[in-house]
Amino acid sequence: MNKNNKNSKNVINRLWSFFVSVKLTVFLLLTLAATSIIGTFIPQNQSPAAYISTYGETVYRIFSFIDIFDMYQSWWFRCLLLLLVINIIICSMDKLSSVWKIVFVKNPKFNISRFRNLSLKKEFVTSSATEALLDKYKKDISKNFKYIKVNKTAKGFCLFAEKGRWTRLGVYIVHFSVLLLLLGGLVGSIFGFEGYINITEGETKQIIRLKTAGEVYKLNFGIRCDFFKVSFYDSGAPKEYRSGLTLIEQDKPVLQQDIKVNVPLRYKGINIFQSSYGSVPPRYAALNFLSNESGMQYHEKAEFGQEINLPENSGKLIIKKFTRSSNFMGHNMGEAFLATLILKDKSPVEIILPARFPNFDKMRKGALIISANSPPYYTGLQVTHDPGVWLVYSGFIAMIIGCCITFFMSHQSICLEVTRKGKKNIVMVAGTANKNRLGMKNKINKLAKRFETI
Amino acid sequence: MNSSNLLSITTFIYGLAAFLYIAAMVFKKPLILKPATWTAITGCAVNAAGISMRWIESYKLGIGHAPLTNLYESLIFFALVIVLLYLIIEHKYKYNLLGAFITPLACLAMAYASLSPNINDRIQPLIPALQSNWLIAHVVACFIGYAAFAISFGISLAYLLKKKQGSKNFFNHFPDADILHELNHQLIIFGFLFLTIGIITGAVWANSAWGRYWGWDPKETWSLVTWFVYATLLHARMTRGWTGKRIALLSMVGFLAVLFTYFGVNYLPGLHSYGVLEKTISP
Ligand code: HEM
Repeated sequence: MNKNNKNSKNVINRLWSFFVSVKLTVFLLLTLAATSIIGTFIPQNQSPAAYISTYGETVYRIFSFIDIFDMYQSWWFRCLLLLLVINIIICSMDKLSSVWKIVFVKNPKFNISRFRNLSLKKEFVTSSATEALLDKYKKDISKNFKYIKVNKTAKGFCLFAEKGRWTRLGVYIVHFSVLLLLLGGLVGSIFGFEGYINITEGETKQIIRLKTAGEVYKLNFGIRCDFFKVSFYDSGAPKEYRSGLTLIEQDKPVLQQDIKVNVPLRYKGINIFQSSYGSVPPRYAALNFLSNESGMQYHEKAEFGQEINLPENSGKLIIKKFTRSSNFMGHNMGEAFLATLILKDKSPVEIILPARFPNFDKMRKGALIISANSPPYYTGLQVTHDPGVWLVYSGFIAMIIGCCITFFMSHQSICLEVTRKGKKNIVMVAGTANKNRLGMKNKINKLAKRFETI
Repeated sequence: MNSSNLLSITTFIYGLAAFLYIAAMVFKKPLILKPATWTAITGCAVNAAGISMRWIESYKLGIGHAPLTNLYESLIFFALVIVLLYLIIEHKYKYNLLGAFITPLACLAMAYASLSPNINDRIQPLIPALQSNWLIAHVVACFIGYAAFAISFGISLAYLLKKKQGSKNFFNHFPDADILHELNHQLIIFGFLFLTIGIITGAVWANSAWGRYWGWDPKETWSLVTWFVYATLLHARMTRGWTGKRIALLSMVGFLAVLFTYFGVNYLPGLHSYGVLEKTISP
């Protein structure tokens, strides 16, 4: 019984000292760095067929056995993160109790002999009176240091000052923020979802496809796509993708909003993002004709492959096909219908009717200007729900604040000792900081210089 | 005079500054250091003027946006921050010989931006995914971080050479190894903070553009790898056995990770998210 108890205590001690060590941290961080690289060289989450054709059957089996193809969600990658979490928690518990005592002490104790032995120390001699020195120095130091304590000594006085005790906690904020980030990620992966939905203009949908293959999710509201618009720069590069959406709850519209890339819609914890678009393959072309002679407008539906008669009896037109990207003299014209135009008494010519450029056909300088309406678009939306985001964002803020505290602030204490010697006073200025000793050295030097002159 | 001219001139000024710094070091002529510093300052001013011109030109083209949106623009900004940060350090600590290890990096970045056939220096309009203020914050933070790491790389190199050569030659004009070590640490924590901010602003941007703050795409992953390397370095200082030499080596490895995040990732399968988005969103 006793022996057992001793043994278990031993195991706990060993585990504790294993997880408390910074060596483990170094190992874990390097391992995380090294393993993360794997997933950047091997594309993740592709179809088995794609993998087999690249790596062959055997390698595919081995890799998929150890989850290489979805490595950031694999059990071993999560294990590494878990070890890091335990490492952070144990390490913080171990150090925090002693740091707590240092930070929240009521009356900090100062030890003059410790300051006398410091290497960051300056001495000079001054002829001012001791009392005057005390007033002047105290006033000067209180500008910079919050806590000041004066001890009278037999031959003069000692002045201690310090600040930034609490900055010793900065590093724990950083470590805590790492925990927040991982926790937020975990919450998101358990309770959140990420899905996609394509909605044709005019249509309403409620069921989204989830990222995890084959699964679907029914939203509490319907999404109607009122319109989708894409606009382009002169160079042909896309300028804006915009979807007009209406959310419908119990047959009533509850929210109407346009979304764009970078301007999503958020409703009851669900976020809707513009993510792709496309046009529904058309079954016919809706054509417009403008006659130069009479100024009349005509509209006509043309089925693929069917010959139609042009208005004002000027000839015939056959719509051959629809293409997503047409090309005219090296310019991408986007979606277009390709057609054969047979004008009266002329040989047939091939023409392009780009949906984006209704005036394109003007260039032909014919009697009729022909254009085609663009077929209806569908908008591709990404729909997400992530209840862990606020944890992650809190982690982000904590991490930046914690890093600023840890890196650029320190617990500084200084000591001034003034000793009468005959008619003069000897002044010693010494100080320490728990970080950035180069900076502290400069500070002590500057302080000593200033005190010598006042 | 347009922005391209100014930026081409910058390359040569940085080259001249690098030449002067190196000459001062190799021929032990401290007198040359003053003109070297002034050359670097001039280069910095011309570089900044070039970037401002480019900004104005983009507005004249009617597609106005901050010039921080493609590889070319990020490289010229990178060079500017490297030299600016270096000049601040030089002014603060008066270690002007270090310029020999740092100005060549800025010159290389500029030369690569202007000469590489793969880099397009035309002012382009912003595609929808890039129309976000988070983009500016993200790029600025990342490149301040990268610049600090670049300087840390230069200092680490100087440190290792000094340790290896002892005081036999021109390295004895350098600051003490201990001071280099401390200065290196200051730069690494500065860089780490800005890399952290860069990754975070990137995540927030991704979340506002397509609804997820992290997606393990190669560029994101490599920036995290870089972050892990420098976090390792910060902790390694606390374990015995990790001497200044190993820390300097690790800092150089960290900078290689930076370079890979920056350039190498383009050669990997898959694209950075806004690339992916453009791919899926274009018909
Ligand atoms: C991704 C995870 C981590 C991050 C981002 C991180 C970040 C940091 C940072 C920024 C510092 C300050 C370094 C400096 O002042 O130069 C630090 C210090 C430290 N870290 Fe971590 N850390 C992580 C994980 C860990 C873990 C797992 C341990 C567990 C042993 C640990 C133990 C320490 C210790 C003991 C210090 C020194 C504290 C002091 O100065 O008193 N860290 N960490």
